[in-house]
Amino acid sequence: MTLSRIFKTIFLVEFIKGLLMAIKEMFKKSKTVNYPFEKGPISPRMRGEHALRRYPNGEERCIACKLCEAVCPAQAITIESAEREDGSRKTTRYDIDMLKCIYCGLCQESCPVEAIVQGPNFEFATETREELYYNKEKLLDNGDRWETVLAKNIKLDKPYR
Amino acid sequence: MMEYIQILGSEVYKILFLLVPILVSVAMIVWLDRRVWGLVQKRKGPNVVGPFGLLQTLADALKYIFKEIIIPASANKTVFILAPIVTMTLALVAWAVIPMSEELVLSDINVGILYLFAVSSLGVYGIIMGGWASNSKYPFLGAIRSAAQMVSYEVSIGIIIINVLLCVGSLNLKDIVLAQKELWYVIPLFPMFVIFFISALAETNRPPFDLPEAEAELVAGYQTEYSGMMYAMFWLGEYANILLMCAIGSILFLGGWLPIIDIYPINIIPAPVWMILKILFLFFLFALIKAIVPRYRYDQLMRLGWKIFLPFSLIYLVFTASFLFYFDKLPKGNF
Repeated sequence: MTLSRIFKTIFLVEFIKGLLMAIKEMFKKSKTVNYPFEKGPISPRMRGEHALRRYPNGEERCIACKLCEAVCPAQAITIESAEREDGSRKTTRYDIDMLKCIYCGLCQESCPVEAIVQGPNFEFATETREELYYNKEKLLDNGDRWETVLAKNIKLDKPYR
Repeated sequence: MMEYIQILGSEVYKILFLLVPILVSVAMIVWLDRRVWGLVQKRKGPNVVGPFGLLQTLADALKYIFKEIIIPASANKTVFILAPIVTMTLALVAWAVIPMSEELVLSDINVGILYLFAVSSLGVYGIIMGGWASNSKYPFLGAIRSAAQMVSYEVSIGIIIINVLLCVGSLNLKDIVLAQKELWYVIPLFPMFVIFFISALAETNRPPFDLPEAEAELVAGYQTEYSGMMYAMFWLGEYANILLMCAIGSILFLGGWLPIIDIYPINIIPAPVWMILKILFLFFLFALIKAIVPRYRYDQLMRLGWKIFLPFSLIYLVFTASFLFYFDKLPKGNF
């Protein structure tokens, strides 16, 4: 050991430096937020809870092409379709098992009409598994609820897709 | 029989008057510990329950009360249940002799410091009992480490206490504080204060000496198998012990309830407030150190205790004794 090292060890120089630094850091602004009351910024590309969107006139966007069902790597999506009286093809069943879903965003990417999208909501934890088996009704409800944010996010992210 | 009831009636309220503030302050101190830790790491720390999160510990305690107490099938039931009770009782019992001011002390006994030393030595039994009775690897290893650690550092704490006693000439805690009226012992015995503080860290299993509960190696050490209220009693005892060590430190070195300087605007602050401020100052250091230091390795811990602190405090003891003898400053009591 060199002399300066011995001096440092005996007089706890590094330790006192550390203490002073800790005291200095204490008065700086903290990097975390009060989570449930404050939230951090979320990217428009956020892949959160799914939603089925509608056209502004209230018509469902989904045309039951089943591309999302085909592309889904976790096979979380189940679609059944039928022809409506007016001749358009619509889904009769659109289920997503949110427990199987890996939130990869491929369904949104494959959708030709921007019907199935993943919104910025990530706080949809439930107390039972059953509540996370989403059906068409729930997904459309999500779409109605988040429409303004979803539309804005899609517009913001358009140049990069 | 009636006599006993009378004595009980006249004494119990005193004990409650001591115990309730200690338990409340333990709760506050846990909050302070976590908050300081958080602030140093640039987190916010507990700040939701109550004003500034002050009631967080109460909420935690409530949670522990409602949790199930699990006793492992292979555990020695009696000892297993006894261990946290012993830990907490010993931590609280020691407070009986701590003087908060010249009058404010539950029992003013003449061998106060010996009593404190004895009780804090017994504290290791709670941990060993807990570790052994769990009948499981990690608690057992934690208990062994803890026993070795506490025994080693008690030796140097004992010699540091002798250093102070040599200057005072009395074992009474009140006399120790009053002897510091001119000069706090932290100034002439500064190296001893530093060693006492570090040994206190080891004695209470605080980082950087938290080997008995090193979570990376031993899960939670001797507390691994404990749950619910029994676990809560362990940490209650632990923090009461930390607070006790801070109190002993402020009595031995920081002049107990004496104000910093005995002049007009400062000395009208009541004595217990000074005592509490000094305890809080020492605890603040405890909390800061928890945030900045990495854990010692077992052999480093033993080396520090036996090869550095023990010889150094012995040499300093000889030095103090020679100094006092040469300048004829040895305390002249009635012995």
